[in-house]
Amino acid sequence: MFAYIIRRVLYAIPILIGVNLLTFALFFVVNSPEDMARMHLGEKRVTEQAIEKWKQNRGYDKPLLYNVQAEGVQVLTDTIFFTKSVRLFVLDFGSADDGRNIGQDILQRMWPSLAIAIPVFIVGLLVNITFALLLAFFRATYIDIWGVIGCVILMSISTLFYIIGGQYLIGKTLQLVPISGYDFGLNSFKFLVLPVLVGIIGGIGAGTRWYRTIFLEEINRDYVRTARAKGLSELRVLFRHVLKNAMIPILTGAVVVIPLLFMGSLLTESFFAIPGLGAYTIEAIQAQDFAIVRAMVFLGSVMYIVGLVLTDISYTLVDPRIRLN
Amino acid sequence: MHDPSDILLCVRDLQVHFGSPAQPVRAVDGVSFDIRRGESFALLGESGCGKSVTALSILQLVPAPAGRIAGGEVWFDGTDLLGQSELQMRQIRGSRISMIFQEPMTSLNPVMTVGEQISEVLQQHLDLRGRAGRERSIELLDAVGLPAPARRIGDYPHQLSGGMKQRVMIAMALAGEPDLLIADEPTTALDVTIQAQVLELLARLQQDTGMAILFITHDLGVVADTMDHVAVMYAGQVVEKAARGAFFAQPLHPYSRKLFAAVPGGHKRGQLLETIRGSVPPLDRKFTACRFVERCDEAWLRCHEQLPPWIEQSAEGESHGVRCLRYAPDIDVPAVTPGSVAVVKDSAASASRDGSLVRVRDLKVHFPITKGLFHRAVGQVYAVDGVDLDIASGRTVALVGESGCGKTTAGKAILQLIRPTSGTVHYRDQDLTRLTGKALRQQRAHMQIIFQDPFSSMDPRMLVRNILEEGIRAQAIATRAEQRQTRVESLLAHVGLPVSAAKRYPHEFSGGQRQRIAIARALAVNPGFIVCDEPTSALDVSVQAQTLNLLKDLQAKMGLSYLFITHNLSVVDYLAHEVAVMYLGRIVEQGRVADIMQDPLHPYTQALLSAVPTIDKAAGREVIRLAGELPSPINPPRGCHFHPRCPQAMPECQQAYPDLTLLDNMHQVRCFLYPAN
Repeated sequence: MFAYIIRRVLYAIPILIGVNLLTFALFFVVNSPEDMARMHLGEKRVTEQAIEKWKQNRGYDKPLLYNVQAEGVQVLTDTIFFTKSVRLFVLDFGSADDGRNIGQDILQRMWPSLAIAIPVFIVGLLVNITFALLLAFFRATYIDIWGVIGCVILMSISTLFYIIGGQYLIGKTLQLVPISGYDFGLNSFKFLVLPVLVGIIGGIGAGTRWYRTIFLEEINRDYVRTARAKGLSELRVLFRHVLKNAMIPILTGAVVVIPLLFMGSLLTESFFAIPGLGAYTIEAIQAQDFAIVRAMVFLGSVMYIVGLVLTDISYTLVDPRIRLN
Repeated sequence: MHDPSDILLCVRDLQVHFGSPAQPVRAVDGVSFDIRRGESFALLGESGCGKSVTALSILQLVPAPAGRIAGGEVWFDGTDLLGQSELQMRQIRGSRISMIFQEPMTSLNPVMTVGEQISEVLQQHLDLRGRAGRERSIELLDAVGLPAPARRIGDYPHQLSGGMKQRVMIAMALAGEPDLLIADEPTTALDVTIQAQVLELLARLQQDTGMAILFITHDLGVVADTMDHVAVMYAGQVVEKAARGAFFAQPLHPYSRKLFAAVPGGHKRGQLLETIRGSVPPLDRKFTACRFVERCDEAWLRCHEQLPPWIEQSAEGESHGVRCLRYAPDIDVPAVTPGSVAVVKDSAASASRDGSLVRVRDLKVHFPITKGLFHRAVGQVYAVDGVDLDIASGRTVALVGESGCGKTTAGKAILQLIRPTSGTVHYRDQDLTRLTGKALRQQRAHMQIIFQDPFSSMDPRMLVRNILEEGIRAQAIATRAEQRQTRVESLLAHVGLPVSAAKRYPHEFSGGQRQRIAIARALAVNPGFIVCDEPTSALDVSVQAQTLNLLKDLQAKMGLSYLFITHNLSVVDYLAHEVAVMYLGRIVEQGRVADIMQDPLHPYTQALLSAVPTIDKAAGREVIRLAGELPSPINPPRGCHFHPRCPQAMPECQQAYPDLTLLDNMHQVRCFLYPAN
């Protein structure tokens, strides 16, 4: 099993390198530093000097891959590829247009993102499993049918509606919590309740429906018939036999998103004015701050790869058929 | 007469419906039978006749809401089971009535240990927990003959072999100390040697505990061996019910008699097997005549006009019931002219022995086992380990052995579907192992394969015409569309399917028809040699008979050679000319079918033959019990592979693998009991 995990981790390395090369191609080859400068400074009445200066400030004036003017190792290191892309591997993201260190920014802004994402993830998972079990228990009755219809309706409604509706109802009409904003420490609680609630409700439809399908698939298996023939109660069958087996696809499906949690949510954070990484990304896109966008794109890919590795590992933990082979 | 209190289970006029109430499918339509305490009662029938549904109804486990019990009574030891609430049923399930199922692979929970699954029953019904539960579980596993039960109790099902899993299922069923054990095809998925072990175990447990067994099976042989009473089911009804002796002495219902006639065997060589024409009628309607009438050779006008009555005859104090008009006391039954037995020319006699068509020498297929970070090869699976075979044209060589012995791998390696590790395979003068690419593809026209499962071996999204045409196109046998069309039509005619079949999809056909399509597909490229990989194992006995007849007929007409891979020895006896018995990657005995079946030499062949349940009650056979199961081909036992299970093992058997001993009549055996001369 240990070799299996190490092999999974090793497999991730070439993928990371590929992601890095792709990011580099996207940001510096498809869209050259010249283009970036023009976009940033405006198309008209831009002098060559201004562009040169802009590039120099950001270190974009170096050659892409190979520096003929440099000596020794510097022919490779004193290039855009090395300073901007290879450095990403050691999580050195460089600095933003306003001169701030992007790595520092990320470290600071990930906490508000996590403060929303983690409760949404955990409570959402529990809520969805509970509802799905309930529908599976009442399968093929009216409760199940209306439950599924409800799920489809919840799925079909845009997240924006939940956000705005929640802000209007709970924030404005009932005035239970502030409509938006953020504070640090324990004070943050009242600001977090609404976005978390919206996040959970927004996920119920799709999650419950999917888990219900998994449960029903398990319920029709032969071992469940065996369990019933033992004289076990339906609840025991559901909790001891079905849940245990269904948790394999559910958990492994959930694990893949765990690393992505701290990337935050673009929509929720900007609507609730939460200073997390999602909002950070949106702001960077609006300000055309390519350094930040590049950092976030790379980080997102890395986190996804980490999620896949974690998924593989979690299989070995929950499924004895893989653990013991 | 028997004391009524002797009756443990009484099923009366049971009705089980599936689907919409407006037009229900009557899966079980008025089934009645009694089971006495301590007896074994067999419910016999082909797939879809309602036998499993009957069993599930007793426990009220019919999958709801699709199915529902629509009428009838089930009395168990004085209790009306159908009147019990779900809560009361739970007290009965697993405790007074328990059940084991056909597929031990899927019937156990894969993520719970064997011990947990057994102790669950102990907790539920006997309130045995913790240490006591664990100890009792070990006792139970020991009672069903699981080796090292204290160690095995922490194992997950996937760590056990099929036979062991079924033993665990039985241990679980016994845990509640039931009065009635329902066994739904418990040995169908197992090898004959393991089947013999499980049947023996059930018989012993029955003797020890005095429980009754309701045994559901499609295998006449199993019934003949161990059962007290038999009920034959057809299309949702019991059509015949008798004590075992009376039933096997003289089956009354035409359907029962057909079943007997459809079983292949050595004494039926040279004739076509009896088949049952047509198929089971759809059960979504009320019947006004006999359900079997359309398929019955003995039906006459009245059979079409009225429902057949249930007729009880009494012989030697046992009643023998049958649902057939022929036996009604006050009816003149027209005489039936006995159908002449169709004779098929046995190609063996006519085959010109001009050397072999397919010649296999020292064929080896080894799969590496990799381990660790860098997939180091740490061992080999010796799936096929030195096989020699000669198949003459127009003849059938049967390759028999238990599952996992390498017979399917050998078949695929001969066709180069798996590339052999070493050895040669000659088709006529071509060494196939040296061919690659186009040259090999051209040779494929000569060699075809028919797979076991006709459901999964055809692309469900291709029309039958396209399935048949694919090979014709690839081998450029017919280039013009009209030519191909004629060819497809003639292929369908060859296998007895209507021309209209070409425009349909595989799922529209029954299992037997699909196997015909598979045969037509193999024939499409004019092969000389066909590997038949268990082509009838997934089929009912009457459908199997049709398929075997077809294969035999095609061989006689076209001079085909077959390598027939199977574990069913009665099929071998009927169809094959030569037999090769395989054990753990090697052929241990080989020879003409008569020699092998009448006078097997190798202890393994002897054990294999003795383990086959037969309907021939006069045989009085003694099952040679093989201890344990097929060892792993990763680490085959030293010396003769068979010695750890061999009842006649000698010291030298552990030293080396025995050489080939050639006896007369081309009979070859690898065993130290027969020293080379």
